[in-house]
Amino acid sequence: MEWETVIGLEIHVQLATKTKIFSGASTAYGAEPNTQACAIDLAMPGTLPVPNRQAFKLAAMFGLAIDAPIARRSVFERKNYFYPDLPKGYQTTQLDEPIVGAGHVDITLDDGTEHRVRIHHAHLEEDAGKSLHEDYHGMSGIDLNRAGTPLIEIVTEPDMRNAEQAVAFAKKLHGLVVAIGICDGEMSQGSLRFDVNISVRPKGQKELGIRTETKNLNSFKFMEEAIELEVERQISVIESGGTIRQETRLYNGDTKKARSMRSKEDSNDYRYFPCPDLLPVILDDSFLAEVAAAMPELPEAKRARYTGDMGLSEYDAKVLTGDVATAVYFDAAVNAGAIPKLAANWIMGDLAAFLNRQELTIKQSPVTPAALAGLTQRIDDGTVNSKMAKAVFEGMAAGEGDADTVIEAKGLKQVSDSGALEKIIDDVMANNTQQVEGYRAAPEDKRAKMVGFFVGQCMKASKGQADPKQLNQLLVKKLNG
Amino acid sequence: MHNQTVAQLVKQLQSKAVSSVELTQHYLDRIQQNDADLNSFISVTAEQALAQAKAADVRLAQGNAPTLCGLPIAHKDIFCTQGVRTSCGSKMLDNFIAPYDATIVQNYQNQGVVSLGKTNMDEFAMGSSNETSYYGPVKNPWATHCVPGGSSGGSAAAVAARLAPAATATDTGGSIRQPAALCGISGLKPTYGRASRYGMIAFASSLDQAGLMAQTAEDIALLLGPLSGFDPKDSTSVDHPVDDYTRLLDKPLTGLRIGIPDEYFGEGLEASTEKCVREAIAQFEKLGATTKSIKLPHTSLSVPAYYVIAPAECSANLSRFDGVRYGYRCKNPQDLDDLYSRSRSEGFGDEVKRRILVGAYALSAGYYDAYYAKAQKARRLIKQDFVAAFHDVDLIMGPTSPSPAFEFGSKSADPVAMYLEDIYTIATNLAGLPGMSIPCGLVNGKPIGLQIIGNYFDEAQMLGVAHQYQQATHFHTLAPANYK
Repeated sequence: MEWETVIGLEIHVQLATKTKIFSGASTAYGAEPNTQACAIDLAMPGTLPVPNRQAFKLAAMFGLAIDAPIARRSVFERKNYFYPDLPKGYQTTQLDEPIVGAGHVDITLDDGTEHRVRIHHAHLEEDAGKSLHEDYHGMSGIDLNRAGTPLIEIVTEPDMRNAEQAVAFAKKLHGLVVAIGICDGEMSQGSLRFDVNISVRPKGQKELGIRTETKNLNSFKFMEEAIELEVERQISVIESGGTIRQETRLYNGDTKKARSMRSKEDSNDYRYFPCPDLLPVILDDSFLAEVAAAMPELPEAKRARYTGDMGLSEYDAKVLTGDVATAVYFDAAVNAGAIPKLAANWIMGDLAAFLNRQELTIKQSPVTPAALAGLTQRIDDGTVNSKMAKAVFEGMAAGEGDADTVIEAKGLKQVSDSGALEKIIDDVMANNTQQVEGYRAAPEDKRAKMVGFFVGQCMKASKGQADPKQLNQLLVKKLNG
Repeated sequence: MHNQTVAQLVKQLQSKAVSSVELTQHYLDRIQQNDADLNSFISVTAEQALAQAKAADVRLAQGNAPTLCGLPIAHKDIFCTQGVRTSCGSKMLDNFIAPYDATIVQNYQNQGVVSLGKTNMDEFAMGSSNETSYYGPVKNPWATHCVPGGSSGGSAAAVAARLAPAATATDTGGSIRQPAALCGISGLKPTYGRASRYGMIAFASSLDQAGLMAQTAEDIALLLGPLSGFDPKDSTSVDHPVDDYTRLLDKPLTGLRIGIPDEYFGEGLEASTEKCVREAIAQFEKLGATTKSIKLPHTSLSVPAYYVIAPAECSANLSRFDGVRYGYRCKNPQDLDDLYSRSRSEGFGDEVKRRILVGAYALSAGYYDAYYAKAQKARRLIKQDFVAAFHDVDLIMGPTSPSPAFEFGSKSADPVAMYLEDIYTIATNLAGLPGMSIPCGLVNGKPIGLQIIGNYFDEAQMLGVAHQYQQATHFHTLAPANYK
């Protein structure tokens, strides 16, 4: 039988606020355990939550990015369950009235086809702490630094049909939340965590099969592996006469194995009810206007801008917009007067190679966007040729100043004064009379190739500073007599 | 000295007729002499109180000290007090030393008010008799075989027995007004959101409100300022200007319109209590007020709605007491489930467990609409009754409690009988309105309370009206025979 896979995702995105969603404690990653947990995060008696405005702003930005309505009124609920890393014994989250309504994300697959993934909604909630099961001699350690970190949980419709689509969507979403600055995107630190709902059904069947949920996948690779493994498992269970149990599963990326964590029967009754410590949050026009104003350009719009007026290729635009910092660098260079196509080439070529060698990020680049802009101008106006440009770049990378300073200091100006060039050509021709005669005796179609020798000699004589274009023209003119 | 009111005491402190240290020591001595029997305090912080008194005396000597500077009061043990055990009347928090002050505790401290200690209460404020306290029941100073009411029974008994000039308290369904009535003192629960709940251990967040107990309405008016105001740490506190609560104390009652709800004088109200309340209302008429009977048609829904909403909220609010981070932890837990279930079974008393179970049930899948959603609907109807009533009247009056103080054990085996103690007080919590109780008579030597319900943020008028009554009557000056 032919099977169809149906996949929906739930994505937990940690919002890039400085402080927690309901307390003033820092959200910075990597601190000593429990040093970033205040009385509120510890759920000390009598403490109360106070909503963090910034978290609402970032969540609303996500809504704008996926073309979804932002709820004017959103309500926090208590989701009740006991676990040691959940200090209050309930998670403060949203249920019936989430902040972000239905939207969509369009993905482009490797074969170039477009595919739309609908977003059911996204809601605000607090993260739990961490339980540490190693190194405690049969006990568990609790680190509440993460408790209260603001999250949005994004819930998709079951719109993906295979691992490729799911991963393409996950990557697109990752790029999106990073591009709009609401999440640092550090998946290894848990900033983005994917839960994958998977079911299979005979091809052509309308109703969905029973699904399982594989939780907490924090890399695209694991996600792909986990989906493929689970689809295979479900098909083989059904084909051998079994039925799929609705359950939560865990995938281990090291062993490449998955296991059942709990079945639906064991699941909690969360006894949701509106949190009486928090009034419904009302977002007014001025708040929404503030969010809209803070909204950076979306990657899609950026690509259109790059391939439009700037005249970059689709490939260049994709590479540059693929990383936020790179796009920021590129835009800064263009704003400083860079020739877009040249800047793109340098950023993706020499600059990328240099940064890679030095193990630097583009944000740490010693060659500033303005410096690179200067270099592209000097290439464009013919001051330096491409070989000299590399030397200028090296000078700038070594901290020797901007393009003009390096050009001046190293005497790298291209010789394009025709008098000076003519003198060089005359000397070269005088010193190579035999070759000149050979050239003049050769048929037209062989001559072009023979010019190369003279260009080489002239370049050598000019110490590489002759303007190659002008040199070529003058040479041909003189050789042809 | 201890029969004096807050109004009298602060005058003497300001004029230096008495020092805060002398006054504080006097109350500490009275607590030591009387409280072993009465049990109104869980913790007495004598050393700290005297240090605070000494500091207050320095401020008073410098001049320009705040009105309340040097006045000793007691705090209900539901308010967190930094460095002092804050038990909430529970074994669960018997070992809990709060690492911070509740906002209102801090506010009083800033005014130079001295804290004598922490008063006894029903466990987690769940009870109407103070019999659910882990620290044992408080005795009613008027009749020591009777309950003082609850949950703020310790604060009420301490004020009635003149062990403190005033005390803070909390009211979720009547926990200030009912014990104030049963102990013959004045008590005010302000409008919901008037006082910060930060550092006040939550029972039912949407109903809990901090308030005050003292001998007179005037005393409460003097004390209410520091209790009131928006607190950035409590997003349910209301950003409404803090009134001068003494500004209407001298206003005559001519033209005041008082509503008397028919539903508060039905079956269940003891005749002798009704008689006292009716006489009090007649007194208001004598003072120039007009009265009319009004209808609050959804009153009968208030007890059932309350006993769904309050337990539902408490079932979540008390989840944090899990034996993991602070408070009681069972011995030798075998695993996580054992740690949870034994810590909570051993740490909580029966009434608390009953309400957690009721609340968890009411919120559980399949029952939410039938209980919680319905109760919220009833709550809206109850609120609408009051809003409509206040179109025609300025205040509403009736009994605080159906009967005077009852004997220990007489209702503790029957939760419903106990819950009906709050039949007249619960509706104001559901509506978020301010309510108070003032003494209006004695029946067989036991005090009766008159309840005054005001419109939102109308505390100044309520206190003014109560003060005018107290100028014309003597009930608030009576003290229990053994504690004069």
